[in-house]
Amino acid sequence: MSSRALPYVASAGALAGLIAIAFAVGRYPVSLEELFSLSTGQAVAPNVETVVMQVRGPRVAAALLVGAALAAAGTAYQGMFRNPLVSPDILGVSSGAALGAVLAILLSLGAVFMQLFAFAGGLAAVGLVYGIGARLRGHDPLLALVLTGVIIGTLLGSAIALLKVLADPHNQLPAITFWLLGSLASISPAELLVAAPLALIGLAPMLLLRWRMNLLALPDDEARALGVDTVKMRTLVVAAATLMTAAAVAVSGIIGWVGLLIPHAARLLVGPDFGRLLPLAMVLGAGFMLAVDTLCRTVAPIEVPPGVLTALIGTPFFLWLFALARRTW
Amino acid sequence: MLQVDKLAFGFPGRTIGRDVNFSLADGEVLCVLGPNGGGKTTLFRTLLGLLEKHSGSIAFQGSSLENLTRREIARRVGYVPQGHAAYFAFTVREFVLMGRTAHLGTFASPAGKDFAVADRALESLGIAHLAERPVTEISGGERQLALVARALAQEPRLLVLDEPTASLDFGNQIRVLERLAALAAAGIAILFSSHDPDHAFLCATRALLLAEGRVLEIGRPRDVIRPDTLERLYRVSVQVLATEGGMHTCLPRFDRPS
Repeated sequence: MSSRALPYVASAGALAGLIAIAFAVGRYPVSLEELFSLSTGQAVAPNVETVVMQVRGPRVAAALLVGAALAAAGTAYQGMFRNPLVSPDILGVSSGAALGAVLAILLSLGAVFMQLFAFAGGLAAVGLVYGIGARLRGHDPLLALVLTGVIIGTLLGSAIALLKVLADPHNQLPAITFWLLGSLASISPAELLVAAPLALIGLAPMLLLRWRMNLLALPDDEARALGVDTVKMRTLVVAAATLMTAAAVAVSGIIGWVGLLIPHAARLLVGPDFGRLLPLAMVLGAGFMLAVDTLCRTVAPIEVPPGVLTALIGTPFFLWLFALARRTW
Repeated sequence: MLQVDKLAFGFPGRTIGRDVNFSLADGEVLCVLGPNGGGKTTLFRTLLGLLEKHSGSIAFQGSSLENLTRREIARRVGYVPQGHAAYFAFTVREFVLMGRTAHLGTFASPAGKDFAVADRALESLGIAHLAERPVTEISGGERQLALVARALAQEPRLLVLDEPTASLDFGNQIRVLERLAALAAAGIAILFSSHDPDHAFLCATRALLLAEGRVLEIGRPRDVIRPDTLERLYRVSVQVLATEGGMHTCLPRFDRPS
């Protein structure tokens, strides 16, 4: 095996192992023999089938989808903004989505509307950030965009805080808190069927433009002189990455760190070329999210919010990466 | 190849140069000389369409700049900017391959022919041995050569280089200038800026003296690079000496502390 293929094969193998473990462990343990029988179409006990297909199946699929989508979006944002500290949250996607979802909870609108509101909120926040950032002339356009994102994010954060004060502390506040920390506990197949195609639509331009994406990491002048219409391409990629993030956030709530951490890890393994980076980041992101979610539902009698766990793992890991990588990202 | 008429250029809301007229034929080397802040970089960025011109006209091979797409411009004109801050650890070969963008379809990746062009560009600048090194880990001079190689990979008809020798040692400066002369001999038009008037004597067919955004003089280096023009440009007094073999060189009059 060539050394170039090694990271892909190793991480895909690890992912397959993680998927098997995720199906096996939990309050109702399923043996690997039972899993194997089920996957080859042989008869198993009906309650095993229910646990695997209806309880754990959607949850595993959601973890894979959310992890891969957040990692892909993070990879695109970091390359495009030439800034390794950028994550899918930077343009206000997460805070916009959170505001939408919290509003839906406050209005007692139900799960489907909550997803819809989260999605619309995320897209609206990015639209606002992009619109304002593009109008701030006389500044470095990238810096203007990122700073606008931070500022709008803070504003949306205050709006969320206000809604939390207004919420019913017994019925609504726990749901809001739960959502703000992220959760994959109550995923339904119907939600996945909405989110997956949206994430795929976001992924398509990244895959198609994978080589050209590298040029967005150059200074703007250079990319344009090499023949890239950077305004058009950046807008398209921002839209695509935002769509992916919003699709993920609408399903899972806010789960930080994945989109920041995973692209770094992938870049350390295979270098900065987007075409090689994207698939590895998606596999690592899916695996990381699945591992985190599996831990969340097994380590304690109560469900641990995945956002807490990703932060606990992410913070030291990121500092370690930062110390290790010095100037080369 | 390049025709510039009554060009006024600058930043949005601030014109810094006007009445610039010149043309450049295939195989010519034009060296732009001028003081810091004289508008050389701004002029080059305007010629490439990276900054909007304020008035006048710019045309490549008879087609007006504003009628060309970025892709069409990139197939005609290669640009070597002044210095490059490397953010990501692309290898030198990957970096040079980016020069092929304008020759590739929107969704395509470089193929066999593109690798051959990139490797040829690396070889011609004597940096083939750096191909697998990350651009973040080579020296500033080597990175400058990689930028030239990337512009050559565009297979342009005109090469615009903004102080291509600025961060190079003496040997690499001469090698880059020799390379420019060789490219011109192969029919490519070259437009470059320099802080050293001797560079114009060495390899330019013409020199353009740019002061405060206006063309002070343009013509054969030995005609326009004179003590009086240099003094106007740089405010130092300089002798221009003829050397053996019909070359010229500039020697500043240096005030030694007594």
